[in-house]
Amino acid sequence: MEKIPILKMGRFLLVTVQVDMHDQLAMQLQEDLTERIVAARARGVLIDISSLEVVDSFIGRMISNIAAMARVLDAETVVVGIQPAVAITLVELGLSLEGVRTALNVDRGMALLQERLADEQR
Amino acid sequence: MTVVNRSVLPIRSQEDIVRVRQATRESAVAQGFSLVDQTKLVTAASELARNTLDYGGGGEVEITRLSEPPRRGVRLVFSDKGPGIADIALALTDGFTSGGGLGLGLSGAKRLSNDFSIESKPGEGTQVTIARWR
Repeated sequence: MEKIPILKMGRFLLVTVQVDMHDQLAMQLQEDLTERIVAARARGVLIDISSLEVVDSFIGRMISNIAAMARVLDAETVVVGIQPAVAITLVELGLSLEGVRTALNVDRGMALLQERLADEQR
Repeated sequence: MTVVNRSVLPIRSQEDIVRVRQATRESAVAQGFSLVDQTKLVTAASELARNTLDYGGGGEVEITRLSEPPRRGVRLVFSDKGPGIADIALALTDGFTSGGGLGLGLSGAKRLSNDFSIESKPGEGTQVTIARWR
């Protein structure tokens, strides 16, 4: 079955969405990620959607759900790489991705996650 | 108004929603839409295709490239023979949903389009027409 790969990097999980996801694939990612957060005892999830040319309300809801589920499991989610045209469309659509942290690119997203972890250990 | 190209796609599965997005993108590109306009139209198409599948029990979309000099557009007509919408005004309210969604599908698609119309008869089905122009 088709799946979106989840990579582990230290205490973080990395997901790069590169395909135009159908709804079931998005649901599967939601499930897989929550399982991996627990199994890997991950403290952060970075989702790179720079290849996504469309984020509709279904995908938007999935992203919000992932962030909420991760939070319950004590992991922070950062979504990176939202294309400008997608950002404009999201806002016009009425989706604000509430409760989801975003960063411009992978580097800044990783920095955000690392800062949070460092703050806790201080 | 001249029809440049017309095609009809079925909406029977989630994969069909992806195909509707792709076909809509192709038409928007062929009509010379900007990236933002392409994205808006494709997103609206995705919302409406999902409505056709989830609430209408499946149906089809007719994608038409239009020319009305100096402007060019893409028109999408989504039709299903589902249960219909009893209260269209209510269905167009942000946040209203009869399913499990966010209730942004219909209202969002309307905001993302230049033209929007909806016809529905309870028990007979629903037809939603949108168009975007450049």
